[in-house]
Amino acid sequence: MIGLGHYLVVSAALFSLGIMAVMTRKNAVNVLMGIELILNSANINLVAFSRFSSGNLDGQLYAIFVIVIAAAEAAVALAIVLSMYRIVKSVDLDRADTLKG
Amino acid sequence: MNINLLTQIVFYFFAGMTVLSAGVVVFSRNLIHCAFALLFTFFGVAGLYVFLGADFLAGAQVVIYVGGILVLLIFGVMLTQKLYELHLKAETFQFWPAFALTAAVFLTLITIMVRTSWHKTDLQPLDPTTARIGALFMREYVLPFEVASIFLLIALIGAAMIVRRRSE
Repeated sequence: MIGLGHYLVVSAALFSLGIMAVMTRKNAVNVLMGIELILNSANINLVAFSRFSSGNLDGQLYAIFVIVIAAAEAAVALAIVLSMYRIVKSVDLDRADTLKG
Repeated sequence: MNINLLTQIVFYFFAGMTVLSAGVVVFSRNLIHCAFALLFTFFGVAGLYVFLGADFLAGAQVVIYVGGILVLLIFGVMLTQKLYELHLKAETFQFWPAFALTAAVFLTLITIMVRTSWHKTDLQPLDPTTARIGALFMREYVLPFEVASIFLLIALIGAAMIVRRRSE
């Protein structure tokens, strides 16, 4: 029978892969994809605990708020990426060092 | 066919699809491949939501992530790469230190998960959740709901402000 542990393993794998993407990628859009993976793994955890541990819908509501924040984050972050592309002609995160002393 | 076995097969299909396509997102050298693998990850997560009895959330996942965020990310890829030069390569750096750290994080999470005795309740019957979620949003969660709507409006205006060309 599929239990809580199965979902937690899937979520831990997604979280680790998301961290891997954030740490190894140079492209800003790729880093954003990693952040989306991390948010999805958190959502799986919330919904799984909502079903197996609490029995009410609070976890699902938190997951909806996470989706809202992910949407806002994607819109603002892509706006920043496009703005950076216009200024430095690249989306390489190593080139975004204007504020470096 | 045994319904229990069928359930397990479908669960492992969705879980495998989610994790394998997330692996493609992380390890592929081609940005467009990353973006399209992310599509399968989002669909796999939606399938897992269906398994957990969250039907409204599964629909929202498909509509918002696949229809909104993924399209936005693909726009981001297309607008910031020189498509004609076939320069859609995604570089990686510090691969092995990051891999070691990621493996450590994964093993830590699994260890904690195995050692903790999670609180368990009896499984509720799988009812449609949309009406109950709507009622909760209008009663107990009305303040977070309104704050989220204001937050989305602010993010929309902010994103438009950031990409606007300065008129000077």
